[in-house]
Amino acid sequence: MTHDWRPQASLETLRQRAQVLAIIREFFAKRGVLEVETPALMPTTATDIYIDSFHVDTRVDPQREIGQYLFLQTSPEFPLKRLLAAGSGAIYQLAKVFRREQASKRHSAEFTMLEWYRPGYTLDTLMDEVEALVVEVFDATTGDAARVTEIAIARVTYRDLFLEHLNIDPHVASDQDFESLAHEKIALSAEGLSRTDYLQLLLAHCIEPSLPFACFIYDYPVQQAALARIEVDRTGQAVARRFELFIAGMELANGYFELQDAREQRARFEADIAERERRGFDAVPLDEKLLAALEHGLPECSGVALGVDRLIMAALGKKDIREVQAF
Amino acid sequence: MATYSTNEFKGGLKVLIDGEPCSILENEVVKPGKGQAFNRVRLRNLKNGRVWERTYKSGESVEGADVMEIDMQYLYTDGEFWHFMKTDDSFEQIAADAAAITDAKNWLKEEDIYTVVLWNDSPISVTPQNFVELEVVDTDPGLKGDTAQGGTKPATLSSGAVVKVPLFVTIGDVLRVDTRTAEYQNRVTK
Repeated sequence: MTHDWRPQASLETLRQRAQVLAIIREFFAKRGVLEVETPALMPTTATDIYIDSFHVDTRVDPQREIGQYLFLQTSPEFPLKRLLAAGSGAIYQLAKVFRREQASKRHSAEFTMLEWYRPGYTLDTLMDEVEALVVEVFDATTGDAARVTEIAIARVTYRDLFLEHLNIDPHVASDQDFESLAHEKIALSAEGLSRTDYLQLLLAHCIEPSLPFACFIYDYPVQQAALARIEVDRTGQAVARRFELFIAGMELANGYFELQDAREQRARFEADIAERERRGFDAVPLDEKLLAALEHGLPECSGVALGVDRLIMAALGKKDIREVQAF
Repeated sequence: MATYSTNEFKGGLKVLIDGEPCSILENEVVKPGKGQAFNRVRLRNLKNGRVWERTYKSGESVEGADVMEIDMQYLYTDGEFWHFMKTDDSFEQIAADAAAITDAKNWLKEEDIYTVVLWNDSPISVTPQNFVELEVVDTDPGLKGDTAQGGTKPATLSSGAVVKVPLFVTIGDVLRVDTRTAEYQNRVTK
């Protein structure tokens, strides 16, 4: 008889997890944000180079049908944007999402994502709302409530972090500067990485360990724009209007001032798809329905995706994601 | 020798890094939501015990190291090599050089068991048990009536190690010593 049938999370933690989900739903109900559900299985998926989707064989009769696959969604972003374009107004989803990646203390192939969109919000007002939600969750659970509630969550630009910790401007220094800095600071057994890879390595190794308990990093280098709009900041530098929230050393949320331009979006998807092909990664079909929705018109909005399992880990002081997932 | 992908990295895995045999202590995945995944690894160099950190692009492979840890009985030294014998009744012997024996030579006692790390069948390190019992061969005379408290004095053990001991210890005493800290624990016999 096998003995590992028991849940990996304690029942006490699962009760607190249920409480967090209830707080999230109440938070958005009070603010008039509509809960929606979108499919976990869809014919297209994220094109990002480093996000891998599971495909699922959806043939009902494998003997007679030719191959047909659907993708398990890595985030509900595309269908949520189609809802926004259709006039839904502010919406959120608590979605089970799936990513084909190595499990670790902070990664699970299947996890719960809270994603929401706010028409009319800037990145700043959305950060305010993320902060309000995080504070409510920390207040209600037994974790480090004092640390988050006593101080506002710090906000710092990507540039200021690099200037402060590494004395280098992430927007203007050359690719070679980052390559040599990464090799100087990190015992790195990899060559020929991209500028973004080096920046992310430096952030993870040299900056993250000294971040405050909770902080937002915003205004990313344009190479890391993903689906965020690129604008010129106060200093005349083009930046991606994107933020990330870090708590307890974990990347907890990723928000964008959303790109509305269908042509620009198509160009970014095509660049990803070409890069995937060049590297021999799985092909991902272009999401023409999303592009058509953007063509029709996405309201000016900001949106954010937040890892619920990690939020619960941070609030309860758990170090392993398995401690907050039942199985 | 097999190679291991970063996906197979875990504590205890023996790998070859820059030609040196290492044991993985910790493996952490660094994966920004939208970024390349890396494996940040802490390793112990099995030859000199130093701890290294290395970061690999996930999916890359490193060569495995043919490393075995076995318990062996210490036999004798000829001055250049220290000779050990397997405990599996094969009577097979190996000879460890000074680079492999290092500090373990302070704690050697014939017939005691030591952990020997073999890389490609050659010894690269020798570790004594955490506690060994050794006889005092030289120390100042003991003071009558002195109990466990009070000062200390140096004592030379049969292995050659010098440890600080309480004043009541005399030549011929057998002492229990923590080999990790070279600290006296207690007197085993009188």
